[in-house]
Amino acid sequence: MREMVKMVIVLTVLSSLSGGLLAALKNNTQDRIDSQVLKFVKGPAIEKILEGATNDPVNDRFSLKVEGEEEERNFFVGVYDGTPRAVAFETRASGYGGDMGVMVAFNVKTDKIMGVSVTTHNETPGVGATVETNTDFKKQFAGLPADADPNVKKDGGSINAMSGATITSRAVCKAVRRATDLYQQLQSKIKDQVKTFTG
Amino acid sequence: MAKTIGQEFVKGLWEEIPPFRLVLGLCPTLAVTKSVENGIGMGLATTFVLVCANLLVSILSGIIPSKIRIACFIIIIATFVTVVELMMQAYAYQLFQNLGIFIPLIVVNCIVLGRAEAFASKNKVIPSFADGLGIGVGFTLSLTAISAVRECLGNGTLLGYSVFGPAFEPFSFMVEAPGAFICLGLLLCIMNIIGQK
Repeated sequence: MREMVKMVIVLTVLSSLSGGLLAALKNNTQDRIDSQVLKFVKGPAIEKILEGATNDPVNDRFSLKVEGEEEERNFFVGVYDGTPRAVAFETRASGYGGDMGVMVAFNVKTDKIMGVSVTTHNETPGVGATVETNTDFKKQFAGLPADADPNVKKDGGSINAMSGATITSRAVCKAVRRATDLYQQLQSKIKDQVKTFTG
Repeated sequence: MAKTIGQEFVKGLWEEIPPFRLVLGLCPTLAVTKSVENGIGMGLATTFVLVCANLLVSILSGIIPSKIRIACFIIIIATFVTVVELMMQAYAYQLFQNLGIFIPLIVVNCIVLGRAEAFASKNKVIPSFADGLGIGVGFTLSLTAISAVRECLGNGTLLGYSVFGPAFEPFSFMVEAPGAFICLGLLLCIMNIIGQK
């Protein structure tokens, strides 16, 4: 009996000490971690597709609630020559190695895609993973209207897939389609919000 | 015969060097050694966990009832692994992105639990510290060696710098999982040849 009590006490004390320590550490590092995620994951992707913006799109962001989703989505605004013209946001699709994040930017004046960029992926090194650097592939999306339905040629669309990486190319197309759907759905709300940002 | 503190440290560098001699901790060894940077990062993270876990286990070994010792060791190890994970996310995010799931998986790395159970729970604080540090440094060296070979052949670079020049066609097989096995086997073979002399 005494042994059992001792076991319970040791485990309880050890677990609560560990829990308390980790909770404190988590609280203290949370802000830094959030900013690191923005800086290293989303930041580079946003800067790439909103090239030439005169503001800092990572800081100039707003969030909107999307129907059927629990968390609010972040939208990043790009200001050009004093007028807020672009909005970028992230959508996800499943690639060859699982979940893939794609940042898509729209020009809110012309309702056209300005560019796409991959944020997180788990594709095969040397094959699908080249989507990170393959600008020729991603350029094909720029200039498409927001009501376009981009698809790879194999599936009857107009996008040239990356050689040897059809599944990755399909996933990018799917993520972009999700983005165009979302853009059309939230168009008026996005435009209202974008207006409030000035250079 | 009791070993000196120095001997406890040095044994982790050759005699009991993981993963070659202990044949423990193969999962991170095979998975993260695609580049030297990842190899060193993983080695240092594991070393930190090993040293801290060994220290705490040897301090608490008098208090922990033997029937639940494994559960207690796991709590201690998991705590330090989470500390490493949070700190890496906050201060070395790119390394965290590269190592990914293998950081939380240090919890189930047999080297850490193995040292806690086989060494730290039976020895005093200072030898346990030396043992953890030795095994950790040994693990870091092994990972660095494997990842140097793999990055060199598979990517033509070393720590991101080009080694063979642009004409080199990367042997991309080496950065895939089977390349890791072959590299591990060949290095072990070389170690055995040296050891036989």
